[in-house]
Amino acid sequence: MDDLGNLQETWVYLSASPLFHLTLTLLAFQAASWLFEKGGHNPLLNPVLGAVVLVVAVLVVTGTDYATYFEGAQFVHFLLGPATVSLAVPLYRQWRLVRRSALAITVSLLCGSLTAILTALGVAWLAGGSAEVLASLAPKSVTAPVAMAIAEELGGVPSLTAVLVIVTGILGAMIGPMVLNIAGVRDWSARGLAIGTASHGIGTARALQVNETAGAFAGLAMGLNALATALLLPILWGLLF
Amino acid sequence: MLGHLTLIFVCQLVGELVAGALALPVPGPVLGMVLLFVILMLRGAVPEGLGQAAGGLQKAMSLLFVPAGTGVMLHFRLLGEAALPLGLGLLVSTVATIAVTGLFMAWLSRGKADG
Repeated sequence: MDDLGNLQETWVYLSASPLFHLTLTLLAFQAASWLFEKGGHNPLLNPVLGAVVLVVAVLVVTGTDYATYFEGAQFVHFLLGPATVSLAVPLYRQWRLVRRSALAITVSLLCGSLTAILTALGVAWLAGGSAEVLASLAPKSVTAPVAMAIAEELGGVPSLTAVLVIVTGILGAMIGPMVLNIAGVRDWSARGLAIGTASHGIGTARALQVNETAGAFAGLAMGLNALATALLLPILWGLLF
Repeated sequence: MLGHLTLIFVCQLVGELVAGALALPVPGPVLGMVLLFVILMLRGAVPEGLGQAAGGLQKAMSLLFVPAGTGVMLHFRLLGEAALPLGLGLLVSTVATIAVTGLFMAWLSRGKADG
């Protein structure tokens, strides 16, 4: 009986520890990845989406708040920085191709960046979004830390922006290939640039799994769009509102 | 490989320092990426260990977004109230951005894609 009591006590202690929530994050991602493989890479089974759904379900059922969860999950979250830095490697390997298309990249990226901002603002405004909602949504195509800083500057809710950024990333990874197929865009550099501009790191992660050229262009687009949006959006916001 | 992982961290640290000190609108890790890229250009090749470290990080990249995505539980109410503008805005904008960027790039780089 004592052993059972000890086990329960230990479990109560461990279930609130960083190790538990770190392990939960990894297990949920493994499970979601397994489902994605089993489902023949069906975009609806996107592993980031699946893992988030699983983790949220466990937290809601066990009545755990997000702050407690994040104490463990922050170790995984932290690696986003180094992973972004490491994108210099595929970029270097594809540099000849990138340099040859420098003008095309610049023009396409600026058009894409403007489209991302203006369509998000326009559609959400027409659908009755408040100023706070618009400001939180506008930088959604940009990597999370930059998007959050921009949202704050415009009067949005930064932590809501972080979620919208992740949803945009998942959405782009899910429907991007289909949109590009319908549009008849076949070459890997254009496909990667499009995915990286629209859906930052999550799109880049997906592009890297499919093709190294696409991955390099996606990583480049992610960095450039962060810069373009940080410069363009506050100016456009000032003109529109 | 540990040395190369250290190099990646040093690049990020320098990136964060520069971005913070100059109040640049670019995140530290993106500047770190530029710095590592410059180092690779100067060196003229990717050391094997760096390739492995970078490859490992990139294979795990999708996983790294799960903690931030889980933050959705903080905003269930607001997301419910603004479901229509947020949902439509995200969907239309993402489709349009991918189509516009992809079509421009394919059109402007016609004939240069191969070789």
